[in-house]
Amino acid sequence: MTDAGVGEREGAGVPVAKDAAGGPRWRLCGSDGGARGVGEVHHIGLVAALVLLAVVGLVTEPDNFATSGNIVGILALAATIGVITVGQTFVIIGGGIDLSVGAVMALASVWATTVATQSYGPGVMALCAVLVGTGAGVLSGLLISYGRLVPFIATLAMLVAARGLAQRMSDRRTQLVRPENDAIEKLSTTKVLGLPLVVYIFAAVAVAGWVLLNRTTFGRRTFAVGGNPEAARLAGIDVRRHTLLLYALSGFCCGIAAIIIMARTTTGSSTHGDLYELDAIAAVIIGGTLLTGGRGTVAGSILGVLVFTLITNLFILNGLQTSDQLIAKGVIIVIAVLLQRRGLRSPT
Amino acid sequence: MGPSEPSPLLRMRGIVKRFPGVRALDGVDLDVQAGEVHCLLGQNGAGKSTLIKVLAGAHQPDAGEIAIGGEPVRFAGPTAAMRAGVATIYQELDLVDGLSVAENIFLGHEKATLGFTRRGDAERAARELLGRLGHGEIPPRREAGRLPAAGKQVVSMARALSHDARIIVMDEPSAALAHDEVANLFRIIRELTAAGVAVVYISHRLEEIREIGDRVTVLKDGRTVAVGLPASTPTDDIVALMTGRDVEYVFPERPEAGDGPEVLRVEGLALPGAFEDVSFSVRAGEIVGLAGLVGSGRSEILETVYGARRPARGRVLVDGRPVRPGDTGAAVRHGMGMAPEERKSQALLMNETVAGNVTVAGMRRYAAFGWLNRRRELADVRRQIAALDIRPPDPRRPVATLSGGNQQKVVLARWLLDDADLRVLILDEPTRGVDVGARAELYAVIRELAGRGIAVLLVSSEVPEVLGLADRVLVVREGRVVHSGDARALDEGAVLNMIMEGSAL
Repeated sequence: MTDAGVGEREGAGVPVAKDAAGGPRWRLCGSDGGARGVGEVHHIGLVAALVLLAVVGLVTEPDNFATSGNIVGILALAATIGVITVGQTFVIIGGGIDLSVGAVMALASVWATTVATQSYGPGVMALCAVLVGTGAGVLSGLLISYGRLVPFIATLAMLVAARGLAQRMSDRRTQLVRPENDAIEKLSTTKVLGLPLVVYIFAAVAVAGWVLLNRTTFGRRTFAVGGNPEAARLAGIDVRRHTLLLYALSGFCCGIAAIIIMARTTTGSSTHGDLYELDAIAAVIIGGTLLTGGRGTVAGSILGVLVFTLITNLFILNGLQTSDQLIAKGVIIVIAVLLQRRGLRSPT
Repeated sequence: MGPSEPSPLLRMRGIVKRFPGVRALDGVDLDVQAGEVHCLLGQNGAGKSTLIKVLAGAHQPDAGEIAIGGEPVRFAGPTAAMRAGVATIYQELDLVDGLSVAENIFLGHEKATLGFTRRGDAERAARELLGRLGHGEIPPRREAGRLPAAGKQVVSMARALSHDARIIVMDEPSAALAHDEVANLFRIIRELTAAGVAVVYISHRLEEIREIGDRVTVLKDGRTVAVGLPASTPTDDIVALMTGRDVEYVFPERPEAGDGPEVLRVEGLALPGAFEDVSFSVRAGEIVGLAGLVGSGRSEILETVYGARRPARGRVLVDGRPVRPGDTGAAVRHGMGMAPEERKSQALLMNETVAGNVTVAGMRRYAAFGWLNRRRELADVRRQIAALDIRPPDPRRPVATLSGGNQQKVVLARWLLDDADLRVLILDEPTRGVDVGARAELYAVIRELAGRGIAVLLVSSEVPEVLGLADRVLVVREGRVVHSGDARALDEGAVLNMIMEGSAL
């Protein structure tokens, strides 16, 4: 071995010591998601965006924006898409994508409001919505994990088929929740501490999602499956079964979202949730989750949903056109992803 | 401990593993005693990695028996192998970048109650394991992707230790380590073996094997050629075992050393972390070969010359004119062509026909106002098919149906469409996946191209190939050119010695 070789290899070892000295700096990243520091940085940006949007609201519509009615409206609006986004976050961190979320939610709402289902009462309606959603997710998951279909294609097929089945079941008519089943509607009208119950459902799903992702082996393995499937396999994780469970979870969330939309609109319809898949994916992305999998946070996705909902709200309050609103959302997605790329590059 | 020991801890007999088109393992035997360091040696492609994946349960063998502690075992998957007490430290692929150090160590066997992770426990245990490895300073919560290579290696070790394994397999553990880190690794290995753990150690550095190893098993072309030799076996004997070949290579005649003009000149090229201070030149009609191990920097050198990577220092000149660094378009305009290592993913459009693949880079020649002149295109492709003897000689055939050797010729044909333009041809592993029989033909084609006045630069893992085909050989080790000279003055053993441990022999 030459002297030069030794010198160079010793040089390669130095960073270990340096990094150790730099430990305290790293600890600033916080305790929870500390391991996933990029997301943390991202959250600050999203919170700043929320504050900025709120200031815009206060300035442009001082009389209407800060009313309790408007705030509750924003949260209720965010609840449906928010619940779906939690499931989508898991799928994307696990290296997949679920395009079928909006259609599956519509199918669940239609199935739960058929005459037959409604005759069993509100409890069975809710159970039906959750089972239909989960069942659709399991089917997509089977096609992807054991049928080896690309997630994009399998869930695209599910999107089209679920929408079609919903139309056939409902005859393309909007199905009303019958008056004797008004317990469903009460989820939206009953308020606890000024907030409707659907907002608590949203909060419960978000918290449960956070716990599942950050405090359980399931969450841990989701990062592994999405970040490095081969390493996950070598570590003894059943990658296929895990992938199946991720889509089942997404479908489950769609079922919960169907209950919320039934509560808010008192209807089941094949037109519910149109293009929700795009909103959900966009919220996940601007929340700092990598579309390639392996990194991401539930909190970021929730913040992403809130940013989008707030924009919608501001545009409506100011009487601006939906087209402008869509342009604004598009710009935000691009800016968020550009920032995300910078954030990823800097630590290395 | 000697081979006469009655019952080895690990016994593998007649292991066969086939992949489509290849017998990666063709009857491998391995005996490992408790408390010994058993070294596995062999050239690239000898089957070491496949063997340890079989042992780790990541591949299922097609034939053969494995017994641990005298009990026959069959591993359905990696979990089964871990349960049987086999832990493996892979060279790569091992860690999930997005997870923390502690999370990586316990991935797949998390410390958890009813599915809820006990993070405090895991971090404490991780800190203890890291401390035992002499690296207590690595924070268990640090994201694994942010650790330097040596740090990742330590985390992989900690992961193996966390399994309480009876057999620990280490695939080139020292490759990413600095000198004093290697000493630390050996200290850990000695602690493990003293506690009765068996270590299967893979390394290319013979000096290390002599320092830490007890016995050596040598693999060649998927077979065991020596089982359980003492580690003190002279280097020459080991190298002879690794290099003796069943296959005869047929190389074309070398023309008398010409004094063609210098075409490619590389001056002080450096890419930190991959290679340093590389300078050489290639004349018209000359073939220069780079020999080195995977990871020595040889492929990075080729890619940097071609502009696929941007060097930190140095420059590349073609016919005396500097080429814009880090720009493959500029490289092509200066007359460079590259046949990359991963033919199927980096060079060929697998769904296209032979003709489509040959003309993809030069389509402008057949286009007028966006319309392709198919007849002229096919005529040119036919000419290339005839010149390179691509079989079957049908330009409309899907390239996926061709053999490896003929696919490689299709890649070469692409650069020869306009042969007046091609000045430098860069070949990365040109015969990978090519049948032994078809290789001779490919060698002849490469020599013929050089004969047209093209400067050829090639890399191959197969030392005899570099020696037989090239006029001059550069030996690369750990990112440096350690030898440069006439290929006729070298033999395989000498080159292997140089690429493995330099002049220390």
